[in-house]
Amino acid sequence: MLAGKHISKKFGGVPALADINLELYPGRVNAIIGENGAGKSTLMKILSGVYTQYEGEIIYNGAPVRFSTPKDAERAGIAIIHQELNLVPWLSVAENIFLGRELLNGWGLLDKRKMNEEAKTLLMRLNLAVDPGTKISALKVGQQQLVEIARALYVNASVIIMDEPTSAISDKEVDQLFSIIRELKAEGKIIVYISHKLKELFTIADRFIVLRDGRMIDAGDMAAITEEELIRKMTGRQLLREPGRPYQGNTEELLFVKNISLRHPVIMSARVLDNISFTLQKGEILGIYGLMGAGRTELLETIFGLHPGKASGEVYVNKRVRKIKSPVQAIRAGIALVPEDRKLQGLVLNQSVRANMSITILHKLEQWGIMLNRGKESKMVNGYINRLSIKTASLNNAAKDLSGGNQQKIVLAKWLATEPGILLLDEPTRGIDINAKTEIYKLMRALAAEGLGIIMVSSELPEILTVSDRVLVMSEGSLAASIPIGDASEEKILKYAIHKNQTAQ
Amino acid sequence: MKPLAITQPINLRRFQSLIALFVLCILLSFLTDKFFTTANGINVLRQVAVNVCVATGMTLIVLTGGIDLSVGSVLALCGAIAAGLLKNGLRFPSADLLIGFTILGAVLAAMIIGAVLGLCNGLAVTLFKVPPFVATLAMLTIARGFTMLYTEGHPISNLGSGFAFIGTGALLGIPVPVWIAVAVVLLSVFITRQTKLGRYIYAIGGNETAAKLSGIRINRVKLIVYGLGAALAAVGGIIVTSRLDSAQPNAGTSYELDAIAAVVIGGTSLNGGKGSVGGTVIGAVIIGVLNNGLVLLNVSPFWQQVVKGCVILLAVIIDRSGNSKE
Repeated sequence: MLAGKHISKKFGGVPALADINLELYPGRVNAIIGENGAGKSTLMKILSGVYTQYEGEIIYNGAPVRFSTPKDAERAGIAIIHQELNLVPWLSVAENIFLGRELLNGWGLLDKRKMNEEAKTLLMRLNLAVDPGTKISALKVGQQQLVEIARALYVNASVIIMDEPTSAISDKEVDQLFSIIRELKAEGKIIVYISHKLKELFTIADRFIVLRDGRMIDAGDMAAITEEELIRKMTGRQLLREPGRPYQGNTEELLFVKNISLRHPVIMSARVLDNISFTLQKGEILGIYGLMGAGRTELLETIFGLHPGKASGEVYVNKRVRKIKSPVQAIRAGIALVPEDRKLQGLVLNQSVRANMSITILHKLEQWGIMLNRGKESKMVNGYINRLSIKTASLNNAAKDLSGGNQQKIVLAKWLATEPGILLLDEPTRGIDINAKTEIYKLMRALAAEGLGIIMVSSELPEILTVSDRVLVMSEGSLAASIPIGDASEEKILKYAIHKNQTAQ
Repeated sequence: MKPLAITQPINLRRFQSLIALFVLCILLSFLTDKFFTTANGINVLRQVAVNVCVATGMTLIVLTGGIDLSVGSVLALCGAIAAGLLKNGLRFPSADLLIGFTILGAVLAAMIIGAVLGLCNGLAVTLFKVPPFVATLAMLTIARGFTMLYTEGHPISNLGSGFAFIGTGALLGIPVPVWIAVAVVLLSVFITRQTKLGRYIYAIGGNETAAKLSGIRINRVKLIVYGLGAALAAVGGIIVTSRLDSAQPNAGTSYELDAIAAVVIGGTSLNGGKGSVGGTVIGAVIIGVLNNGLVLLNVSPFWQQVVKGCVILLAVIIDRSGNSKE
């Protein structure tokens, strides 16, 4: 058993964890649940030897332990699989598994044959049919994750910590991962499982531990608790799951996408998007669902002019055909895109809230033709800070110091500032806490009520069903269905999303 | 979250290089009585003026995440062109035409040529997607070659007292090169802090993808920055040529390294997006004071190079240690 006793941790005087007592059992999947900032990652970093300064103690197999490095923890049998996988993309699967613990032959050189053989055995155990010599970069995210697990198996870890393992993999890969987790469980390993997705926790987890604001709120058996109860423990309040608005019916066509296709970047004959057409009405929220690789992100990117050379088809805004071959032209046509990854695509992290928010409309903030009017800028930025209730000490704080939810609101604000007619949102609530999620939903409704047309791509069915007026389902690059919200259900949407995959097999 | 804990080290870091400069000056004042004099101060400033001009342009480029290795050669070529136009004019033997140049005309022509060379760098980087390191390395060689061709390997000398005023004259007791450097710095500070272009420069260096998605014309900004950087190198070339009253074909050799050193010591990140023109000025002055002090202390020029290298290393290490704190 792995246990923590009275664990506390502070960052610069701010408590991140306060008096945590937890017990993690072998042969069980122990789920750590909590909103962003609840202290999950901090706790895991203490357990895996990343943070060495903390109060309290860790009891492992009956004896107190204190790890000084992650390697130290690994040697004791605690392996962590981070959300951002720690693999070297241009090394092979085998080289990654043995990274830092390479096998040597009698000459003191790398024993590649033995490493490949051992890797093959490990991969077979995980049902991963790839050659150990394959470069990591050639693997899908789900497969890469299995390589990480292979690494944990190789060091014979008895504790395997998984941080949001399903955040980037398809449902099929999730099933595969779960069956492996079940096997590891049967071998008596302690599985620690961190996830935002409550649904899957009910499938895979045996125990839950709820953290909130750095404190442990409750722990117990998954079988003895409902989703609603868990959410209440995480948030301390009831989740407002409002049903989707009834479809308003045709009002006025805002956007008409006609026969959009997108060539595959590498395989010339293949298409990432295949002949997609749809309309968006004024005031409508259009949800787009699809499995990984269905082309949802690419569809938004193509509309926004990010694939000028490879795309074909026409985009009509307000019934006029528009040439959109760059973000500049998209913005001019009144289109805004809140991209999928706010850190990589949405924000300049080391810049201030102010600079991030005004970047899209600096030309409107100029005076005398050249100089920025900082007063006008502050007024605009503060306006959005208030309107979207962004929590920041000041508008001059760096974007990286804000929480995920507040960062997402900055990205929203910088696009709302362009006063768009059409708002494209790619996974607008990924990785942000329930509180901020609800706020973003409310904002979307308010914007739609003002007449904006919104297209939201999301991987979460409940989110699609909560916010959309109409659901487009994509499957392998084509449009599989358009379902009015009144007729939509999780089963129905999934059926269309999977359908093409099944017939293809 | 914890805004105070985060902003404090940043504020301290901002003054790190300034503090280092003060400590250096105080140290030298005690070690030699020749250092802390008006004459020596002015001397140091005159010596750093050229590097300040070049390094300021370099800062703009580095802030976008690029680099310009060609500034030394561009400086030499533009200096030579200014000298050549002034002395010999522009000759078209086939048309039996000779265009003479005034001082202002020669200076402007040299700066325009510099900007064009910079635009070539920018085109290679943006249109042809050549990494800045490689593109400007090529320009380093090309511009040096053109310098040799233009000067036929010989200095162009005796440029007249009017032209010499740029490099050797003084206004209100302050050397003209220092005035020029001050103007260059003020202009660049204005660009980086008060204009749209400045914001775009930082945004591109901080996160090019986000900048592109925000509707910034990345290529246009980069072209401007590379053009401006090379034009400022041309300014440096004019000062150097004027001061020596001669355009040397091998002028400006390894000036790019001094410029990059000033940028780095001044706390600008070579990854782009972080740093300031003000920091670079301090960096350039630190290098100047260091050179000057070591000369006054009769340290051998060979040791001077060793010391300079160690200072660069130290500056980056200190900067890194401040960064790694989360």
